[in-house]
Amino acid sequence: MIHMAETKVNESEKPRIGVFVCSCGSNIGGFVDVPSVADYAKTLPDVVYATQNMYTCAEDGLSNIREAIRKHNLNRVIVASCTPRTHAPLFQATCESAGLNKYLFTFVNIREHCSWVHMKEKDLATKKSKDLIRMGVARARLLKPQEEAKVEVEPVGLVIGGGVSGMTAAASLADMGFPVHLVEREGDLGGFVKILNNLYVTEKSAAETIKPLIEKVTAHKNITLHLNSSVKSVEGFIGNYEVGIAPKGGEEKKYKVGTIVVATGALEFVPEGLYGYNQYPNVVTLTEFEILCRKKTLPKLKSVAFIQCVGSRGQKMSYCSRICCNVAIKNAINIADNYEDMLGVMEKQGTLVDKIPVEKKATEEILERRRRRRGRGTEGEGDAEEVKLGPSEKIEVTVFNRDVMAYGVEHELTYNKAREKRVKFNRYTLDHLPKVFMEDNQLKVTYFHETLKLERTMPVDMVVLSTPLVAQPDAGDLSKMLKVPLGQEGFFLEAHVKLRPVDFATDGIYVAGTCKGPADITEAVTQGAAAASRAATPMAKGYVQAEALSSVVDETKCTGCGTCIEVCPYGALRKNEKGIAEVIVAACKGCGCCGATCPEGAITMTNYTDAQLLAEAKAALQEEV
Amino acid sequence: MEKAVMVIGGGVAGIQASLDLADKGLIVHLVEKTPSIGGRMAQLDKTFPTNDCSICILAPKMADCFSHPNTNVITYSEVIGVEGSVGNFKVKVLKKARYVDESKCTGCGECLEKCPSKVVNDWEMGLTTRKAIYIPFMQAVPRVMTIDKEHCLKLTKDKCGNCMKACKRGAINYEMKDQVLEVEVAAIIVATGFDVWDPTPSTEYGYGRYPNVFTAMEYERMINAAGPTHGHIQRRSDKERPRKMAFIQCVGSRNPQVGHPYCCAVCCMHATKESMLAREHYDDIESTIFYKDMRACSKGFYEYVERAKRDYGVRYINSDATVQENADKHNPIVVYDVGGRQQSEEFDLVVLATTLVPKKETAELAKLLGLKVDEFGFLESSDRILGPGRTVKPGIYLAGYAAGPADIPESVAQGSSAAAKAVEAIAQAGG
Ligand SMILES: Cc1cc2nc3c(=O)[nH]c(=O)nc-3n(C[C@H](O)[C@H](O)[C@H](O)COP(=O)(O)OP(=O)(O)OC[C@H]3O[C@@H](n4cnc5c(N)ncnc54)[C@H](O)[C@@H]3O)c2cc1C
Ligand SMILES: Cc1cc2nc3c(=O)[nH]c(=O)nc-3n(C[C@H](O)[C@H](O)[C@H](O)COP(=O)(O)OP(=O)(O)OC[C@H]3O[C@@H](n4cnc5c(N)ncnc54)[C@H](O)[C@@H]3O)c2cc1C
Ligand code: SF4
Ligand code: SF4
Ligand code: SF4
Ligand code: SF4
Ligand code: SF4
Repeated sequence: MIHMAETKVNESEKPRIGVFVCSCGSNIGGFVDVPSVADYAKTLPDVVYATQNMYTCAEDGLSNIREAIRKHNLNRVIVASCTPRTHAPLFQATCESAGLNKYLFTFVNIREHCSWVHMKEKDLATKKSKDLIRMGVARARLLKPQEEAKVEVEPVGLVIGGGVSGMTAAASLADMGFPVHLVEREGDLGGFVKILNNLYVTEKSAAETIKPLIEKVTAHKNITLHLNSSVKSVEGFIGNYEVGIAPKGGEEKKYKVGTIVVATGALEFVPEGLYGYNQYPNVVTLTEFEILCRKKTLPKLKSVAFIQCVGSRGQKMSYCSRICCNVAIKNAINIADNYEDMLGVMEKQGTLVDKIPVEKKATEEILERRRRRRGRGTEGEGDAEEVKLGPSEKIEVTVFNRDVMAYGVEHELTYNKAREKRVKFNRYTLDHLPKVFMEDNQLKVTYFHETLKLERTMPVDMVVLSTPLVAQPDAGDLSKMLKVPLGQEGFFLEAHVKLRPVDFATDGIYVAGTCKGPADITEAVTQGAAAASRAATPMAKGYVQAEALSSVVDETKCTGCGTCIEVCPYGALRKNEKGIAEVIVAACKGCGCCGATCPEGAITMTNYTDAQLLAEAKAALQEEV
Repeated sequence: MEKAVMVIGGGVAGIQASLDLADKGLIVHLVEKTPSIGGRMAQLDKTFPTNDCSICILAPKMADCFSHPNTNVITYSEVIGVEGSVGNFKVKVLKKARYVDESKCTGCGECLEKCPSKVVNDWEMGLTTRKAIYIPFMQAVPRVMTIDKEHCLKLTKDKCGNCMKACKRGAINYEMKDQVLEVEVAAIIVATGFDVWDPTPSTEYGYGRYPNVFTAMEYERMINAAGPTHGHIQRRSDKERPRKMAFIQCVGSRNPQVGHPYCCAVCCMHATKESMLAREHYDDIESTIFYKDMRACSKGFYEYVERAKRDYGVRYINSDATVQENADKHNPIVVYDVGGRQQSEEFDLVVLATTLVPKKETAELAKLLGLKVDEFGFLESSDRILGPGRTVKPGIYLAGYAAGPADIPESVAQGSSAAAKAVEAIAQAGG
């Protein structure tokens, strides 16, 4: 007789365990003595039935389980076979079809854990199979039936951010038939794209391109627009959020929503102190250059230099901003092709205004952007020397780069096109950064010629600094409010970089666009639609099935210290009115972090109680008697 | 919503689209050409930039997709006809005879041992053989056998019949016929993925001529523990393991001469990954990557390359490269160019990052569906900027590499995005 860890089992529900040992053809049978394992199982406490099957998962194996449950009045079932990853749902469903709660099923893996890893040691593999089954029995005796709570989902979406990704997410949800609140803190929709000149690949105007989307979102009967507004508070969990939205200076109003998409975008890095920015006239960022082009206010230029990776790839930020190479190529082609069209009126008329530095004649839009970003006025700036420009027939464009990120089909073809148009691409390395300076009233760039191994200097009329997209400075506030994480660089962090690119670990909240990391419009709207799909799933179902294996707080032990709330990666704990921790069953994933951390031992996990785990551990250490 | 959608192609993009739709209560018919779903990702060893084991993170998704109550996964099948329009497509699917009853086969493998016919194993990139009755890989879904009728002695010469004798479950059926299924769906998602270009015609790389030159896909199988060499990196010439390895980028890509002027967008990263993995297998392996531009431009990618340099000692050389051979030892010699000076260096093994091209059949499928392809055979979106994945045919959407170079996260996002578009169309049609 084998002695099991002491446990009290209510007599009326005394365990009646059935054990089904699978040969899996020869997969297990070839390396484990299956008949002897099944015989051994019969000797274990509370096991009233044990058998072996050639293929437990084939229909005859499954009907064997069903019959045995009925015939032997089994109230626990153990299958010793392959992996729960693929087969647990099947056996659980079989138990349910015979009227047994699926949480009374236990899986023991004797294929991956025994036959496959100990192919050359049949005796030991057999012994280990017995050990694992003994542990399974010890655990099964203490299992309790569980119910999966269903939580209703409010079929209303919330999208935060009215750029292209947010608009796409909102339009998609609305087209699927769900009412959506779209919150944008600025006065109009469009996000970063509003300020751009034209777009790469199509070369069409940015504003014209996104106009139909803005119109659609504005007119959609399912979309409630909250412009000049922001989200002030978020309470609740998947399916049942209460969010407070307030217009600027206005009063907060509460709305009930089921799922949330975060699409708050990014800003461009301000290269203060780099390459003469804000020091010399005519040194602008890529974004400012786009604005100059869009407003048709370029000064007369003969030679333009783009410097790539300003502040990115290990200089200030560690990452590559993905878009700036292709944006620079787009602009290089633009000025090679359409330069005349982007000149200011004065320049076109040939007056001498071209000597005034950009800062002085920059459009109010750029000045306003710079002011806002720096948090100070423009006084004292722009007093730099005037730029001397010669009359230009043909414009020379040089792109100083480290690697050109013209990935995929279209960007690479555009890159080739730029080279055909004689745009020069000069590679630099971190050992030899280009330098920008003023000499004799002339802006100049010094660079290192890699082939000649020489420093070269060229006069330029304008330097365009390609700076990376950076996270919204206040992304942290939203991150705290929603209890979703930011990555190192301040961008929102998805649940899994490979397989869950638009999900957060917390169910019910999703992410799209540049708030997650640099992306172009096509990529941002793909993510927007993807996030809409993910957000629509619980709303289409109408409910979420809560994890039955969740945490349980013992109110008599909890001191309300809040440690568990801090550690829960899914935001599944909160304090109730009594100041005691409370589990939001719909959000709990049963990961156990809280249970392991609670200093009072006030948290247990259903079906992973200390008693169950200890019984299993003790059974592991016991030898056959 | 009680409507059905067809997904063509069961790679990671198609699987994601299927799961997103099925979870919303729609019925999904997933048509996969090969015997198993999983696509290319199932063949990869680890995945950048996290170095997660590829099949370990994919297999649960494959299983979910197959066992989902709302999915009907039709493997070893192809779409051969489409009629109708959004809301009412009638699709004809050719379900090829696999000569094994899917409902009876448990994948036990008893039959394999008895099959005398050996065939080049395509799934293992030809690095090993399989039997005429086979399961493409251990984690295949569905886990059932298929008989390759071209190489089965029973089906070609009416000899043998061993597998039928071996199968205790009576799953073998030599009489099985191809079947044509008719499926009605409201929308269609195409996710037929990519193929690996064979670099033999570009003789400057010596592939096929020099034994120790491999393609990256071959290498992925070779370093995989479940692969033909059980994870040991081996030279073809002498089965020795290499100590000095070279990776050459843009082999056939960014090269108008061979008709692929485009960039495949994933090879810079997979070479980085593969060189890191080499070091993880043997800590004295030295890897050098010859590249044109190091296109490490998604989240965490630049940092990944920096990590390869710093922690794995990977050397990056910015140069085009070609391959010659030291015939004595079959050591490949890489010829390259730094600062205008030609150089050469001997290696033990060379891995080529070959161009990835759309599947040839995708062009035929496009014709059948009325879709457009670009000059390289990638499926084209009708609205390049705001509607990626939408096509000229309402109700038909695209996802994954078939619509242009995309890595796994992008393919997954596109799968979900295509699912959203299908649901929108169904809802708009009053479904
Ligand atoms: C110089 C430059 C040129 C570019 N050129 C191109 C190009 O040619 N082609 C291309 O495809 N891409 C281009 N891009 C990239 C493109 O701008 C982005 O891909 C796009 O803007 C991403 O859209 P989004 O919706 O994710 O974010 P955004 O456009 O940044 O929109 C985010 C929105 O959220 C709002 N918001 C932020 N925080 C909150 C909050 N807390 N509450 C409410 N609302 C909030 C913001 O006000 C904004 O409206 C360029 C980028 C730059 C910098
Ligand atoms: C060597 C190498 C290493 C890589 N490493 C990584 C990595 O580490 N990380 C990463 O993110 N990406 C990596 N990639 C890229 C990755 O493989 C792709 O992004 C991904 O596989 C694309 O998925 P997909 O579903 O679009 O296509 P696929 O994986 O190609 O799947 C397409 C599916 O459609 C099926 N199919 C094709 N035609 C038809 C038809 N006519 N009818 C029915 N079915 C059809 C195919 O059989 C296949 O199952 C790597 C690629 C290579 C070549
Ligand atoms: S300029 Fe190019 S390489 Fe540099 S961060 Fe931007 S996209 Fe990356
Ligand atoms: S950690 Fe324990 S004691 Fe502290 S609040 Fe949570 S349950 Fe209560
Ligand atoms: S078990 Fe995990 S998910 Fe559930 S409340 Fe505890 S920490 Fe949160
Ligand atoms: S065909 Fe028969 S012998 Fe072969 S794997 Fe399937 S069940 Fe086993
Ligand atoms: S990803 Fe890198 S190796 Fe691949 S084609 Fe593009 S540049 Fe070449």
